[in-house]
Amino acid sequence: MSTHTYKKFEEAVSGVLPDKMTVYQECLNAFNESPVNAKRCRTLISRLLQLLAQGETFPKTEATALFFAVSKLFQHPNDSLRQIVYLAIKELSVISDDVLMATSSIMKDVQNGSDAIKPNAIRSLTRVLDETTAFSAERLFKSAVVSKHPSISSAALVSSYHLLPVAEATVKRYISETQEAVSDLKTYPYVSGASDYYPNSTYISQYHALGLLYMLRNSDKIALMKIVQQYSGGNVLKNQLAQVQLVKFVGNLLQRDPNVISQFAPLLSGWLTSKHESVQLESAKLITSLPDRNVSPDLVAAAIQTLQGLLTVPRVTTRFAAVRVLNRISMVAPQKIVVCNPELESLINDSNRNISTYAITTLLKTGTSNNISSLIKTITKFIHDISDDFKIIIVDAIRTMAFKFPEEWKSIFDFLINTLKHGDGGFIFKNGIVEALFDLVEFVPQSKETVLENLCDFIEDCEYNEILVRVLHLLGKEGPTTKNPSLYVRHIYNRVVLENSIIRSAAVVALSKFAMVKNDPVLLNSIESLLRRIRNDPDDEVRDRATIALEFIEFSKSQPEAEVPQELINLTYSYDLGALESKLTHYMASNQDSFRTPFDSSSVQKLTEEERKATEYKKRQEQFSAKLSPGKESTPSRSTDADKANGNYSGPTMEEHGEDLRATRYAEELSSIDEFAEFGAIVNSSKDVPLTETEAEFVVSGVKHIYNSHVVLQFNITNTLSDVALDNVSVASTPEVGETSPLNELLTIPIDRLAPSETAACYVAFSKSESIVTEGFLNTLYFTTRELDPATGEPFEGDEGFQDEYEIDSLFITAGDYIKGAFVGNFSASYDELAHSEVAVYNIKEDNSLQEIIDKIIANTNCLPLENSQFATLDSNSHTLKVFGKGITGGARIGLVVRMIKSSKGIALKAEGKSDDAELCSDVVNELV
Amino acid sequence: MGLYISKLFNSLVGSKEMRILMVGLDGAGKTTVLYKLKLGEVVTTIPTIGFNVETVEYKNISFTVWDVGGQDKIRPLWRHYYRNTEGLIFVVDSNDRSRISEAREVLQRMLNEDEIRNAALLVFANKQDLPEAMSAAEITEKLGLHSIRQRPWFIQATCATSGEGLYEGLEWLSTTLKKQT
Repeated sequence: MSTHTYKKFEEAVSGVLPDKMTVYQECLNAFNESPVNAKRCRTLISRLLQLLAQGETFPKTEATALFFAVSKLFQHPNDSLRQIVYLAIKELSVISDDVLMATSSIMKDVQNGSDAIKPNAIRSLTRVLDETTAFSAERLFKSAVVSKHPSISSAALVSSYHLLPVAEATVKRYISETQEAVSDLKTYPYVSGASDYYPNSTYISQYHALGLLYMLRNSDKIALMKIVQQYSGGNVLKNQLAQVQLVKFVGNLLQRDPNVISQFAPLLSGWLTSKHESVQLESAKLITSLPDRNVSPDLVAAAIQTLQGLLTVPRVTTRFAAVRVLNRISMVAPQKIVVCNPELESLINDSNRNISTYAITTLLKTGTSNNISSLIKTITKFIHDISDDFKIIIVDAIRTMAFKFPEEWKSIFDFLINTLKHGDGGFIFKNGIVEALFDLVEFVPQSKETVLENLCDFIEDCEYNEILVRVLHLLGKEGPTTKNPSLYVRHIYNRVVLENSIIRSAAVVALSKFAMVKNDPVLLNSIESLLRRIRNDPDDEVRDRATIALEFIEFSKSQPEAEVPQELINLTYSYDLGALESKLTHYMASNQDSFRTPFDSSSVQKLTEEERKATEYKKRQEQFSAKLSPGKESTPSRSTDADKANGNYSGPTMEEHGEDLRATRYAEELSSIDEFAEFGAIVNSSKDVPLTETEAEFVVSGVKHIYNSHVVLQFNITNTLSDVALDNVSVASTPEVGETSPLNELLTIPIDRLAPSETAACYVAFSKSESIVTEGFLNTLYFTTRELDPATGEPFEGDEGFQDEYEIDSLFITAGDYIKGAFVGNFSASYDELAHSEVAVYNIKEDNSLQEIIDKIIANTNCLPLENSQFATLDSNSHTLKVFGKGITGGARIGLVVRMIKSSKGIALKAEGKSDDAELCSDVVNELV
Repeated sequence: MGLYISKLFNSLVGSKEMRILMVGLDGAGKTTVLYKLKLGEVVTTIPTIGFNVETVEYKNISFTVWDVGGQDKIRPLWRHYYRNTEGLIFVVDSNDRSRISEAREVLQRMLNEDEIRNAALLVFANKQDLPEAMSAAEITEKLGLHSIRQRPWFIQATCATSGEGLYEGLEWLSTTLKKQT
């Protein structure tokens, strides 16, 4: 007997799972026994639960058999058996049929059971109820919610969250009980008198009740405001989580309507001095995440002061949370938190490395060009003591600094190269540093030669093949255009002599690029002789590459005009990788003739070096702001963005990726439409422009596709009605100028039938001249509504439907639709090179912030903001925005400098544009906003 | 120690456990019967979604009575509770002439089940207090009880709210089941 139980005990902890079928059989036998052996059943259920917890599952029939067998244990009155029975019911209810069978028995326990099992009973009751049986449990829930026992009340409240999607109407019927539970301070009955150390309740049921109340009332703004007012005053809420929750409600309300801030400002500032650190934190977080125009500077200052205070509290989690909030602020408005610098500096040596890392990255953001070098010195001392993970975060922060302070590249570079050469660290860390250096080379042109020279030193002693290959590639790409290319040739050739075949072949490719340097026969000759020597390499790949490179060189010598070898050795474009990937996946999936048709790469968008840089640069810029988005309730400084406010925003990565694939998707969709085939390839597609409110019955957004001599307007229409289908949906687009427009309508493609909650696109095509044509379109949606029979989902027999029309917003083709963003390393130099210039002055009367105007200009012109000028500094009333772009057809470059001043009368803009193309220039400058 | 004494005592005086399954159409009064037996009082009931189970002590026999709901959707689930059942109680609403044939069908189908072929059948002709109630004899005929072979059966006129006839039924069950063992 004793050895037997001992073995069982061992099984349970050793992690060896009991056999599934044995447990199944034993359970069925033991549970059907009469009388029930409670102890044995408990053991068996715990084994069953162990199995289920490990992810084992049972087929439906077996699960059902188990469920019914377990239900038989209700005959035994033992509380401890009953508790585990409830656990089993909860787990089995997901995989078993006919779970409603346990309903009556559970309800009896909720009503008459002991306090020990009531909470468990309530929790499993929710699992077996459905819409039809829920109403009979209403009374039980009501009395459980108002129970004086905190565990019972909490169980009922939290279970109601789960009941909501099943039987909303039932839950709604105990709103007033829930309200009562919010203000009720429930204590455990069996503790006599509270002590300071063991308070006899955390009042957690207040938090649970508040949560449920929110779920019931959340759609009603006024009701929510009332909740906040009702429970914020006095001393109603003792539970700190409940108080935090209230702060979040305020955040939610502010997001819906920024104007209620005046009502809540006193509350928020009161919470900043709450006795609970979590409440202080939450309200500080909320205040600092609000758009600046909505919140008084005093309140923000108070919030930052609170955060500053929290940086020095003993509790580690609080310090961490505070520094994290500050870090977030530092991404957009570093100048606001400069006051916290002394505290942040003392956190650099915090024993918790998470905190110290955040402190450093924050300091790096708040750093001005004056103190950056001293900061970097501090970090240099510190970086060797921390783990790779944090090193990577720091390197990342430094990397973004390079964008912000290109003029400080020297000290940034020194730091990077020192940690690279002398620091220990794994591949990811070293690769991070190398990437940061690559960024320097690419976006801070003046640093190029120094970086390259030092990278040459680095590869003399580098243990990672991948990094070596990347560096070699960079040397090959950038080296030929430096002042002294032969320097790099020596370093690269050293690799050929000393390294393994992977690196040797990369070095060969790099070498061959130097041969293409124009007008340097000496260099060309030495490269040739080097390559010839390499032709004797023991490795096939290396030899092959050397041979082919020599062939190209020969060829270009004999025919200096030919561009082929030039292009093959020095690639001037790269594929849009996102598009290429999706094309290839598609090609692999639709394998119709076992790959006899070769993959057609011509439809994949090719990016020139400049375009690629522009996209890269934009991504980096977005990284600053994207970092703010996870877990935010409202987006600081960008909350005007309609998409995000409406909750359609599902994280930055999705968005970015979608952006990449958007053009490809459109190209595919449109090329599949025969009518558009003759228009050629799409030159540019705009972003989605919303043309209706998002709450409208029919939500419409427009996309402009520009072809060489055609324009196609695409209207994406969503039918949000649930019982009406739309037939013959079309959009009539008329140019605003009427007859005199240079655009002639060619054809319209309507949607035959738009079923409820479906989205489809209809198109209107125009012909245009090859030059830039800008135009506004007045749009009206025409359709026939057909009511649907709810039974069949088809229109009623004989229902003719009736014709209707629906006015939607105008769509404008602007000069920006003919431009793509482009990156230039030195804005002022490139700007001065451009021939044609144009100046325009605007006065904007509406009450906009500078940031809103900046965002609007960037969106309108489609140009790439440079020199970090896309963020307005908050305290100043003036700003200069610099953007650069390139025409999509001719490739004409255009640069814009927009100076703006905000005064009490509005905002005055002075836009100066310079371009290769006079027409483009004047169009852009004159249609700025 | 105390446990052993009570077990010993029980074996001496012959206390026994019996597993009883109580079924019938919805609204026949099963739950009222159960709690009248258990508590001696009339409780307000709602339609049983699932089952109730109680132990009722009568004459040294401890009856574990499974009262399973009679709604359409629950009837197919009765079978899960057949195993080890020694006695069946079928409760009929004597006042509901319109559904007596439905009751007969349900009963006959159940009696064909293999798992309960040996179980004794007790029929409660319930709600005898109502003026239009059918008599036990009439119900015997309408349910076709006379054609039952191979198993002992008994019909008892009852009124669950007053408790009339309930213990007579249990009495029959206990003597019949004692005979069988």
